[in-house]
Amino acid sequence: MSNAQFKTGSAITKGMDQALFNKRKRVNAIGLTLSLIAMSIGMIFLFWILSVLLYKGFAAISPSLFLQSTPAPGTEGGGLANPIVGSLMIVGACTFISTPIGILAGIYLSEYGNKSRFAEVTRFVTDIMLSAPSIVVGLFVYAIVVYQVKHFSGWAGTIALSLIAIPVVVRTTENMLRLVPLTLREAAYALGAPKWKVAVSITLTAAKSGVITGILLALARVSGETAPLLFTALNNQFFSTNMNAPMANLPVVIFQFAMSPYDNWINLAWGGALLITFAVLGLNILARVVFREKVKV
Amino acid sequence: MKNSVSAGLVSAQAIGIAKRQRVFDKLFYLVTQFFALSVLLALLGIIASLVVNAYPAFQQFGFGFFTTVEWDIINGEFGGAIAIYGTVITSVIALLIAVPLSFGIAVFLTEICPKSLRRALGTAIEILAAVPSIIYGMFGLFIFAPLFADYIQPALAATLGQIPGFGILFSGAFNGIGILCAGLILAMMILPFIASVMRDVFEIVPPVLKESAYGIGCTTWEVVRNVVLPYTKTGVIGGIMLGLGRALGETMAVTFVIGNAHKLKASLFAPGNSIASTLANEFGEAEIGAHYSSLFLLGLALFAITFIVLSLAKIMLMRMEANQGAKT
Repeated sequence: MSNAQFKTGSAITKGMDQALFNKRKRVNAIGLTLSLIAMSIGMIFLFWILSVLLYKGFAAISPSLFLQSTPAPGTEGGGLANPIVGSLMIVGACTFISTPIGILAGIYLSEYGNKSRFAEVTRFVTDIMLSAPSIVVGLFVYAIVVYQVKHFSGWAGTIALSLIAIPVVVRTTENMLRLVPLTLREAAYALGAPKWKVAVSITLTAAKSGVITGILLALARVSGETAPLLFTALNNQFFSTNMNAPMANLPVVIFQFAMSPYDNWINLAWGGALLITFAVLGLNILARVVFREKVKV
Repeated sequence: MKNSVSAGLVSAQAIGIAKRQRVFDKLFYLVTQFFALSVLLALLGIIASLVVNAYPAFQQFGFGFFTTVEWDIINGEFGGAIAIYGTVITSVIALLIAVPLSFGIAVFLTEICPKSLRRALGTAIEILAAVPSIIYGMFGLFIFAPLFADYIQPALAATLGQIPGFGILFSGAFNGIGILCAGLILAMMILPFIASVMRDVFEIVPPVLKESAYGIGCTTWEVVRNVVLPYTKTGVIGGIMLGLGRALGETMAVTFVIGNAHKLKASLFAPGNSIASTLANEFGEAEIGAHYSSLFLLGLALFAITFIVLSLAKIMLMRMEANQGAKT
């Protein structure tokens, strides 16, 4: 009797177990499927954007794109020679400014400011500046440079981009220097090397590829920035290498041309968009390659 | 005798070198500290320049600026309500869409994906994050908005738009560009940022914790819900805040597709404006005066909001890291 009761009871719990088990399996399957769908949506968007860009961009690529200056509104032909040169000059100058400042500030944070309050605050502020709205940086540079000298200029654009690039260089330099083993520094100290020499010739040299990665990532970041250039470098319809005057640059030209009603301009904007994406993605991939080399060694 | 003389000479020379090096050391320290300080000064400079230039507008309009809908350049009446509403609502839409998707992507990359594909797919998501925002803007304006107007808007109006009360959000003309479209493009933009942070924090969950959950028979989903998520809660919220910070300040992607109209409409299909898009469109032509100053006041508001959001994100991610240190 009691045995039979036990048997039915176990059958009931067994049935309930089975139901619960099936439910858990179902929930698991649904959850994982949704996650697979989310990943597919991400991938679809990536391929969608890149394929549109390749399709529309390649249609606009021709030798004249690189050789001729931007056309007047509503006319045919022309190219992007002046914004390409302008962008290269602005981003190049930005590299020269932000690399030394960023590396030295990074050395301070990693070698001197280990636990100090000042270093903590600087680190925090740098991290905030990494994601701060770039258009506000444009406003700032407008107020302190453009408004003071009364004209837009390539230099103002360079300063705006440097303000965005420096935090990237500072943080990667610091993180890379921290990866250098302490024993390496101690070995140099034991030979009587002064601290600055250890920082420059030992620590920085050991972390070289990591630091270069940071610079490349900073370059990739600023190459596509548009907002800070709108009120600083502005634009220039003509070919100019004068950094002291308004300067054409790819992002602003793309913005202006894409928002225009002229087909030729829109076409050129797609060409410029393709160039800029290639540059940014190329720099990103280069940064990864440089970094991976280092990990191998 | 001879030996001790030369030793004395060497040590005099050595002391000279040591002294010189000490000066170099001090100089090097000061130089590096100066550049670290310059980063701080840049932030203070940004805040100061915004405050100084925004002050005339604040004096003229007071706190009413933030609740006033009027934005009349000709008559010099300025209020930031429309732009602030546009910034907040597009960011909220972006988060509502991007957070579940990034969670799914992070779960996929850490729990489901075969090991051999992990790296490639992770890189693909990071590439999505590296695409410049102006490209998202062009894509939104020329490719996404027309499709959105032809297919998605009618579908939304026919379904969600029929719900009484709530439906007004999905009413009006199918223009493509507008608040909702801007929110969707923003969602695509911040998706990879949030997904990468979530993946990174999911990866720091100690395998032992997950293995013990699997050991008592948990399914993958149960491990994610009851082990991974509670363990990484602060980090996940930090990542979401980081995405929110990006969304609030994003300029180009929004400017292309929001429609740039200073109107306040209940419908999400209607064109609007965000702080960043107002600045991008109007600052270049603003005359010094109330308009110029009002734009700075908007910029200051934007900077203040993003600063707070990003600080919270940073604090949460730091707490996550600190906990991680304590537990291992």
